[in-house]
Order: sequence, then structure tokens, then C-alpha cells
Amino acid sequence: MSLYRSHVLICGGTGCTSSGGAKLIDEFEAQLKANGLENEVKVVKTGCFGLCALGPVVVVYPEGAFYSRVEKEDVAEIVTEHLLKGRIVKRLVYDETIAENDDTIKSLNEVDFYKKQMRVALRNCGVINPENIEEYIAFDGYKALATVLTEMTPQDVIQVIKDSNLRGRGGGGFPTGLKWDFASKSVNEQKYVCCNADEGDPGAFMDRSILEGDPHSVLEAMAIAGYAIGANQGYIYIRAEYPIAVERLEIAIKQAKEYGLLGDDIFGTGFSFDIGLRLGAGAFVCGEETALMTSIEGHRGEPRPRPPFPAVKGLWGKPTILNNVETYANIPVIINKGAEWFNTIGTEKSKGTKVFALGGKINNTGLVEIPMGTTLREIVEEIGGGVPNGKKFKAAQTGGPSGGCIPASLIDTPIDYDSLISIGSMMGSGGLIVMDEDNCMVDIAKFFLEFTVDESCGKCTPCRIGTKRLLEILDRITKGNGTLEDLDRLELLCYSIKNASLCGLGQTAPNPVLSTLRYFRDEYVAHVVDKKCPAGVCKELTNYVILEDKCKGCSACARKCPVGAISGEIKSPFTIDINKCIKCGACVETCKFNAIVKK
Amino acid sequence: MAKEAVIPFKGTAQQEEQLMNVIAEHKGQDGALIPVLHKAQEIYGYLPIEVQTMIADGLDVPLAEVYGVVTFYTQFSLNPKGEYKIGVCLGTACYVKGSGDILEKIKEIIGVDVDGCTPDGKFSLEATRCIGACGLAPVFTINEDVYGRITADDVAGILAKYQD
Repeated sequence: MSLYRSHVLICGGTGCTSSGGAKLIDEFEAQLKANGLENEVKVVKTGCFGLCALGPVVVVYPEGAFYSRVEKEDVAEIVTEHLLKGRIVKRLVYDETIAENDDTIKSLNEVDFYKKQMRVALRNCGVINPENIEEYIAFDGYKALATVLTEMTPQDVIQVIKDSNLRGRGGGGFPTGLKWDFASKSVNEQKYVCCNADEGDPGAFMDRSILEGDPHSVLEAMAIAGYAIGANQGYIYIRAEYPIAVERLEIAIKQAKEYGLLGDDIFGTGFSFDIGLRLGAGAFVCGEETALMTSIEGHRGEPRPRPPFPAVKGLWGKPTILNNVETYANIPVIINKGAEWFNTIGTEKSKGTKVFALGGKINNTGLVEIPMGTTLREIVEEIGGGVPNGKKFKAAQTGGPSGGCIPASLIDTPIDYDSLISIGSMMGSGGLIVMDEDNCMVDIAKFFLEFTVDESCGKCTPCRIGTKRLLEILDRITKGNGTLEDLDRLELLCYSIKNASLCGLGQTAPNPVLSTLRYFRDEYVAHVVDKKCPAGVCKELTNYVILEDKCKGCSACARKCPVGAISGEIKSPFTIDINKCIKCGACVETCKFNAIVKK
Repeated sequence: MAKEAVIPFKGTAQQEEQLMNVIAEHKGQDGALIPVLHKAQEIYGYLPIEVQTMIADGLDVPLAEVYGVVTFYTQFSLNPKGEYKIGVCLGTACYVKGSGDILEKIKEIIGVDVDGCTPDGKFSLEATRCIGACGLAPVFTINEDVYGRITADDVAGILAKYQD
């Protein structure tokens, strides 16, 4: 193997690829060749670095220079300045990493975004080339599988996972070791290990980043699970919307088979394990375990009642375990470092770390992994760099359509399974959307209900009809036709749906409504009683008004108005006829004096 | 609603041969239907009743079941797509950053609703779930091109590039 003096790591995650990262790889290779450096500098396509807001990201080692928002045109400069002459191109370096007063650059671990993070599940993302199994092996890859197969009994493995207190990272938080134990005790010749990579929460991309950045960690963990419960076949159910992740998994499975790490007689121990991919086809309900299995079987992905639980009767009626991608990514580390080590991280009842996809009104959009127990404030203000444009933090939404909103007053809540449940939200799979004062909470509740109405599979009545009725009431409220009785009706309906629905989708669908009603009831009341939308989002309840003291009477808005609703005399304040106004907002954008506001 | 005029099915013999190969490859396997539908949609671009019938006959499953599966999953489409497929992300991160306004603007400009296709077959419009590019929110895509950090005002200029 030849030695390179420098490595150029280019993020190949979806975020950076979408912002133009794919073109950079070819450009770097071309520029290196043009400068005769192709044997000295190696270009590596990695998984996600986490700081998607600054994408496309390029990191040059050994210096660790973190280049952000790199354009194709910048590549020549990085090659000739940095890689040829050894001068870091400061213009393009992430400004947080530039040390004050001197010319050096700080390590990424000192930057606010990374300082409080702890990368366990994401340990290899942005570090190795996910399309090269040797790089994974060089970072202790498949060592845990070797240990398990050659030194441990299946019962030992289950005990370690139980002792680690690892809980399912897909949202529910069920103890992983217990799940494995149930499946191992089911007697059957054929058992299955499944991986839920059907990441359906809008605004969540943790699992995708792990699969794109470190696919082998999931394969290794599934083989370990197979050994523990006595299964020889695994399936990964992945969204078809994730083409990069699908491609990397296909490559990883092929390589693992070539190296004898999947397939027959692994490590000569007589244990065989194979993994197949199954593409989802865009149905949120398929994240529910029984629905997912029905979908793998080739049917409409409708859930079925439990019990029997999948550990007894799962895929094709055989005992099956189903874990989430992030849960699996933790397994090899736990085997390598021990349950005791894992127990040192996190809170009393939630051990380890959790990956969140941080999005919405936040400066550092991206992927973060934090020890359980980190407060929401630390995530939003320190790691996330706060809310942009000087706006105020209003709420954070966790758990997607199944979760709830955490208001600013609870920003010091530690993030773990139990404290989130106690404040009416849930961990969920890890979407964390930040909202500011410009977001209307009734509108947000309506947004999530539109989602669940769309995604309800229709099998059980409370979910199919109940969510639709919830949405109708919310729609009425946002249009100014709601009554105070509607608020009570909402609440009552929410509890009926929660109690009577067949699966997790329906049981959690009312959460966005309940949590916004609990913490932002005044906003609902404003819509119902005052017929106002305080955030100025709900069109029917918002009026555009020209401020007399700011209006210069230039008539720009009147000329722009598509319906002729604005009139007045030049050089004196204009007015808007609210009966004609269609609330398109064109006048606001036209006014140079900020004289038009929503009220 | 999707547009009224149904574009007649124009499958070629070559496409049919490809589909038959896919069916032969999967026939008899457990859970074959969904992988076959994915491949069939790759071949034809959509799944009209003619294609569903061939799959039902080929795999020996009732047509009703094929239709049931096709209509259950949003990835499968009964209608043809335009030359340029526009997808507006309505994931939460994009939504709170205003992708709803962008969707409205696009509807207004191309004159079709979500899941519709312009009569000339040029543009079709979809509201997509999170495409995972939340760092670029709000985002919309035209075929493989991704447009991020945009406002409703940018939409007309971007679409014009595809209008020839």
C-alpha cells in the first residue's frame, strides 16, 4: 500500500451531495493530477460530518483544515495553495476553527458544534470511506463479530446487551437485550433479523447518515444479532428515497461476502448469516414493526394486532427481531468496549448517546450525537449556535408526527426517554426541529395532522376517521371559524384516538395536538376568540396594514398590488382595503421602508 | 386532481421483454411483488393497468392484489410523469422554512396541482417527504437537480431554465 502525505476527505452524504459535493471529487482528482500530486494526496469520499449547513464540506488532513461551502471554482486554489505550498486557504475555512491572533487552526473538537458531542453511533461517519471495507476493518470493524463468534455463547452476547441497558433508538425505547432474549427463547428452525431503515419522520436523517457513512457497522451488528438469537437470514428494509444509502449497502454486502464476513461458515465457526435488502415504497406506517414485516412479505403495509409479538411470530410467521439502524450501530462498540463502559454514558435510565437531526430555525443545521441527559438548551444554543436573524426560540419539536413540542420554558429539560415522555413529547427516532416566534403552533399541529391523515393506512377506524376529524377541527380554527368548545372536542377526540388505535401511528398521532394545546393554549384561544394568528401565519386571520408613520407615500406597493387593493395620494400615507386584499404579501416585499406589517 | 386526459399506454416490445425477464427472475420467491413493481416502474416510468395486468399474470397473483399494493405506496404511480419531475420537499424542516409558499408558487406557474402533469408532458409536480437535505431547507428538486435555500421569488427564474 502506498503512503500518502495528505488526505482530502470530501463529504458524500446526501446534504453535501445536494449542495454540489459530487462535482468536487472529480475536480479535486483532476487538479491534483494537473499539479502532479496524485501519488502524494489521496481523495476519500466519506459519510456525513454532521455540519450540513456548511456543505459541501471538505477536510484536509493531517492539518485538519475544515473547508466549508466549497465551490468547484475553489478547488484549484485549495490544491495549489494548501496541498502544493502548504498554506491553508483561510478564506474558505470554517471561521469557528480559525484561532484568534495567530495563524494556526483549531481542532474540530474545540468548536462549539462538536465540543459537547460524543460520537458513538456516528464514530466512523466522516472518518472512513464507506465504500471500502478495509477502512472499516482498520477501525476495529468486524472485531466484535469475531469476538462474539469465537469467544462467546449466544447467551453471553444477550447478557452483554442486557447489561449495557441499550434501548431501542427508533423511538419506543424498548430494551434491546430483552427483545433479543425473547426471540432467542422462541423455538423454531427459522428465525429472522430485520433492520428498520424506513426512516419516515419528516425532517429526520440520522439513519440515512449512518447507512451512508458506515454501512458495515449495521451489517456487523445484524450478524451478531443473528448469532445471539439463532437466525441465519437478515433483511434491511430501507426507503427507496435514499438512493445513496441503498447503493452503499449493496456495495458493503458484496464486500463483506467477498471477505467471508457474511455468508456461509463465517470465521470457520460454522455460523452462516446472509443479508438481503428490501426497498420500501413510501409508506410512513411501514415504520411500525408488524406493518414493516407485512410489507417485506410483499403486501400492503398494514399493521396487525400484537400479541403475538414478532419475537414469537414475525416475518412469514417465524420469530423475528427488528431493530433500528442507530440501535445496531451501537452494538459493535458495546461488544468491543463492554457494557460497563456504555453504562458510564447517559442518565440513570437512558444509557449511551442519541443522534439527532437538527433542523428548522437554527444556525447549525446538521447531525449531532450527544450523551443522553444533555439539555435542550445545550443543543439549541451551544451546539446549534442559536436561532438565526436574532429571533426568539419558541419551541422544539421532537419525535416527528408522533411527538410533541417542547416550549421555551422547558428548554432546560434533559434529553432522555423518560423526561421527554413526562413533558408530553417523545424521543422519536431523532428529528429535532427548532421553531421561532414566526411559527404558528396551531399551524404546526395542522401540518402534522395532514401528514398522519395522509399516511394512516385505513385499517382501524379511530385512526382513519379520528385523525381526519381532528384535521377538520384544526382547519376550522386556523380559518377563524373555531369555537372554544372545539378545543375541548379536540382534546376528547385525541384521547379516544390514542386509546383505541391499533398501532403506534394512531396511538401517537394526536401528540402534536395535545402538546401544543398544553403549552400554547393561548395561541389556540387567540385564533378562536380574537380571530387572530399571533405569529401571522394563518392567512385568513392575518391582515396587512400600512403604518402611517413609516409610509412615505411612494405608491410602489399600490403599483405592485395584483388586485388594486392599495390606494392613496402620493407623499401621504397609503391604505389597504382589507376587503379586496388577497394577502399575497407582494406589497411587503416591495416596500423599501418596512411600512407594511401583518397584524 | 390529476389531469383528465389519460395518456394512452405506449409500451414497446423491448420494455415488455425487460419486464418478463424481471418477472422470471423473481417468480416463486417470497415477497416478490414489491421488488418487481419497483423494477417495472423503472422500465415504464409508471404503472398503468396494462403493466399491472402483465405482472399479475406473470407472478400468478390476483390483479386486485397488485392494484391494492400499487395504490397503497406513494412511490408507485398510476400516472405518467413529466419530462421534468418537480418535487417540493414538505418535510418539517423545509415546511417551517416556507416550502409551502414555494409549492403554491410552482402550482401557480405551471398550472397543475400536486400529482398532476402539464398537458404537454413537460412538468409533473409532487409534494415529497423529507429528502434529507435539511441543511439546504427549503428545498425542491427538478429531476436530479436540487435547489436549496430558495424563496418563492426565485421559483419563476429556476423554472424558466427548463421551459426552453
